[in-house]
Amino acid sequence: MRFKFLTIFAAALLLAACETPSEESAGTMTAATTATTSTTTAPTTMISGPTPGSQEDLVVNVGDRIFFDYDKSDLAPEARATAEALAAWMSSYPATTIGIEGHADERGTREYNLALGERRASSAHDYLVALGVAPNRLSTISYGKERPAVLGSNEESWAQNRRDVFVVN
Amino acid sequence: MASVMKLFLAWRNYFVLGIAAILCGATPARAELVIDITRGFVEPLPVAVTDFFGESPDETKVGADIAGVIAANLERSGLFRPIDKGAFIQDPNTLRAGPRFGDWRLINAQALIGGSTQVQVDGRLRVEFRLWDVFAETQMTGLAYFTTPTNWRRVAHIISDAIYKRLTGEDGYFDTRIVYISETGPQNRRVKRLSIMDQDGANHRFLTDGGSLVLTPRFSPTTQEITYLSYISKTPRVYLFNLNTGQQEVLGDFPGMTFAPRFSPDGNKVIMSLARQGNTEVYTMDLRTRKVVRLTNHPAIDTSPSYSPDGQEIVFNSDRGGSQQLYVMSADGNNVRRITFNKGRYATPVWSPRGDLIAFTRMHQGEFFIGVMRPDGSGERMLTKGYLVEAPTWAPNGRVLSFYRQGRADKNGTVSSKLHTIDLTGFNEREIVTPVDGSDPAWSPLIP
Repeated sequence: MRFKFLTIFAAALLLAACETPSEESAGTMTAATTATTSTTTAPTTMISGPTPGSQEDLVVNVGDRIFFDYDKSDLAPEARATAEALAAWMSSYPATTIGIEGHADERGTREYNLALGERRASSAHDYLVALGVAPNRLSTISYGKERPAVLGSNEESWAQNRRDVFVVN
Repeated sequence: MASVMKLFLAWRNYFVLGIAAILCGATPARAELVIDITRGFVEPLPVAVTDFFGESPDETKVGADIAGVIAANLERSGLFRPIDKGAFIQDPNTLRAGPRFGDWRLINAQALIGGSTQVQVDGRLRVEFRLWDVFAETQMTGLAYFTTPTNWRRVAHIISDAIYKRLTGEDGYFDTRIVYISETGPQNRRVKRLSIMDQDGANHRFLTDGGSLVLTPRFSPTTQEITYLSYISKTPRVYLFNLNTGQQEVLGDFPGMTFAPRFSPDGNKVIMSLARQGNTEVYTMDLRTRKVVRLTNHPAIDTSPSYSPDGQEIVFNSDRGGSQQLYVMSADGNNVRRITFNKGRYATPVWSPRGDLIAFTRMHQGEFFIGVMRPDGSGERMLTKGYLVEAPTWAPNGRVLSFYRQGRADKNGTVSSKLHTIDLTGFNEREIVTPVDGSDPAWSPLIP
């Protein structure tokens, strides 16, 4: 029960924390369902789902981030699953290119964390390439501890901030 | 008798300063007034800093301003305790004829500082000061300076350095500046600007507009240049910033993120990290030939390099042993050896300008520490600790360090980050008051 709550909480944080403008994500998801089930609705009230191949689409259907353990850059099973979904998604939208942002939590020193963020971004990059994504469709950048997604100074926020974020260019 | 020496120093093309030693009394044979600062806590020496005498209202005002800056510098060092001017018996005017030492002994002043200010016919300001040993009843030093009146503050710092040196035997650090990163806004949208100020916080200037993320500035030891990391065009690269022209220039054309830059002690090279394909290595770039040399070759993270003052060795941060530790290597990259073996993780090493110590950040059991150790890793001492203290930088005399201290953020992302200074002994931690928050301080050399 507690685990379930945490998961929901994390998902909410995740949505709230998106750097790309995705405040509408939650609303759009519901709207999309409505739209597909009632195609007869008048065009004025019809709300479309996320534009296929967009950042919003990525957030809703794949997930735009993966998380890392403290001072680690290897991909956990959950992160690998997200990366695999991303690789499949990218093959559906062959024109898309993705920027991978590597981030660290605030519990490290600035320069080391820049290197760690780069290592995290490279981990995802290398896995995606191994899954068949063309390297020229991927770029990496590290923000170290400079751009936390979740505010506060506690274990929960640090865990959410040790991450890669996938950004549709 | 001291011979008259004349020195002309140019600074940013308009500042010309003359120094002339004032005739001193014969040096007494008895023990001098000297502060032994090699021990730990030192009881601050009571000093009387009198307003410098001026005939006109302008001269009187600048004389008081200069005395105020000197007293503040001496007080902040933790080694001196300026006595409240209200207790003074002898006034600045009669002091010109010589101190009535009995009057100063009565208020227990150990050292006495007086002087005068005078605007010359050519418009320059003449500032003269004298330092007396009250109990020995002797003049310890005395100098006169000529400068443009707007530069009175710098003269006050130079006089402070002369007093500090005469009383401690070590070079001062007051005629210096600090470049750092000013910070505003919440944790996740922190706006960072390259900024510069005098070591006492005066003459503050923002050098960049906050449009690009900037980090980790460091002063050139020889020129009016700063090297730092900027995310201009969302591409993190090492840049040079020229303080005289305001020009910034990307350093080199590297196939990945360059960061963690520092100058070599001769100012001819920048040493930095290049991160590429998940691997971070240390490189140097010669600023004259633009030749790039790779110094490390290891799949681990190798970053935060800092030269020894003789340029022969480099201390850096690596996780090649499994966690972040400090390593020393020869300047050519050979002879790598680990120097940290205590519990915890170590980072941000920076070699003292005296060469005798390396300052660092240590992380252990959820706390951050600023500490120092000898270059062989022995004699480790923690100076201060906190939720997040990071990025020590040395004053040019190797006696005082600056660093930044950040607190926990609240749930709204409000966070506080302040610049601090601390004595090498771990005593006398002070905040440097800045207009907004600050981080990543870097101390300049003494201004030439």
